[in-house]
Amino acid sequence: MKLKIALVGLLSAAVVAPVLAEKAAEAPGGKYAKDAEQVFRTSFKAENPKYWMTRLEQDETMKTCGQYRDNPPRKIGEKLEKLNAATIRYPVDGKLIGDWKEGEKLAAVGTGGHIGFIQPDKAGRVRGGNCYACHQLAKQEVAYGTIGPSLQNFGKIRGNSEENIKYVYDKIYNSNAFTACTNMPRFGLHNWVTPEQITHIVAFLIDPESPVNKD
Amino acid sequence: MIQGFIKTLVGVAVTTACLGSATAQDSKVADELAKYREALADGNPADLFEVKGEALWAEKRGPKNASLEQCDLGLGPGKLDGAYAQLPKYFKDTNKVMDVESRLVHCMVTLQGFTQAEVTKQWYSKPGKDSDIEALVTFIGAKSNGKPINVPATHPEEAKMAKMGEYIFYRRSGPQDFSCSICHGQEGKRIRLQDLGNLTTKDGAGVAMKTWPSYRVSQGTVWTMQRRLIDCMRQARWPEPNYLADSVIALETYLLKTATGTVMETPGIKR
Repeated sequence: MKLKIALVGLLSAAVVAPVLAEKAAEAPGGKYAKDAEQVFRTSFKAENPKYWMTRLEQDETMKTCGQYRDNPPRKIGEKLEKLNAATIRYPVDGKLIGDWKEGEKLAAVGTGGHIGFIQPDKAGRVRGGNCYACHQLAKQEVAYGTIGPSLQNFGKIRGNSEENIKYVYDKIYNSNAFTACTNMPRFGLHNWVTPEQITHIVAFLIDPESPVNKD
Repeated sequence: MIQGFIKTLVGVAVTTACLGSATAQDSKVADELAKYREALADGNPADLFEVKGEALWAEKRGPKNASLEQCDLGLGPGKLDGAYAQLPKYFKDTNKVMDVESRLVHCMVTLQGFTQAEVTKQWYSKPGKDSDIEALVTFIGAKSNGKPINVPATHPEEAKMAKMGEYIFYRRSGPQDFSCSICHGQEGKRIRLQDLGNLTTKDGAGVAMKTWPSYRVSQGTVWTMQRRLIDCMRQARWPEPNYLADSVIALETYLLKTATGTVMETPGIKR
């Protein structure tokens, strides 16, 4: 009974707080948002290759998330989640769980994709999910970040049902299908990793043999 | 809904349990890092840049054969004590909000007669090619050591700059959906083992801003604030903005306004 009351209390606090916050927060930049966009876009070198400059473009999700400081009202969040869910593509063979050993490598790789004139990556430099930047995963890796939740023992806790495998694949492919404006990148949407590589990361998280699930 | 909530609660409990076991390990790692930082601070190579910058400040150079001693960094010609700590600010003579680097370059152009292209060609050091700007900014920065950051952004142009910086701070783009806020908008987070400050608070922005310019051990040179922020953009997988671009000065104004009141500890030293 007490637990129920506490839950209701927590729930109402959780519902009320965001409503108040939405009303209080002005969009970043306020009345200068347009000027700021202009200043930002014109501050890059004219000789930049075109494909570099496309990295400054914003889709509807990016624009809206910035506007709401990554905390959009639920209605708008739901709209973005639907929009993002519709982008998810699967490997041709339909198999969503791959090789955890490959996934383990991809989880550690934080290089690749840097552009510019000062310290760019060489073309074709391997890039990965860089999962450890934000998540705790295998127990033996202590250099993990905490921007995302710990995923240690993920498979052990959540199981290896088809439903869970699909969830993990979808989440990595497009994190915003589940939580609009999450900090997590949309790895599949941006072709940062391939659908096949995503299946390896799925295996790293879920396979009972993966170090993620070994104490 | 309730069921989902209970699931979340269980999730939190499980996460907390996992964290509990990891905490001892974490604090050991943190201790080692603290020791490393302490060792670094013992003899900061930035001191050499400061000495070089002091000499460059007083040396007669350029087509006009003039020193920088009459340069006005916001407190009047030649007044250096505390000047770094009150920048960026609006300057009437240029009708612009300028940071320490854009103002220094302005002085090198107007007082010494260099062209802007000449002066900014070597705005950061490359192997075998030292940057005068890094040395000068280290010297100017050191003259604000112990002074509180003071960027209230009360002039309308400064207020506008700070607001534009806020916009850029939250603006997401690129193949990783990044904005500054993704890594620097929350309390107590890390990327790998690196602590991340919450730059939207006075404390977080203060810790981040008070130690620049800073000697970067991994880079073997001093980094200025411009260099630091331009590298943030590189790490976000965006193109590099131009040196002295208004977007960078806007971010500086936003961050230093937030950090205002924090006492400077410069030059700093970092990994």
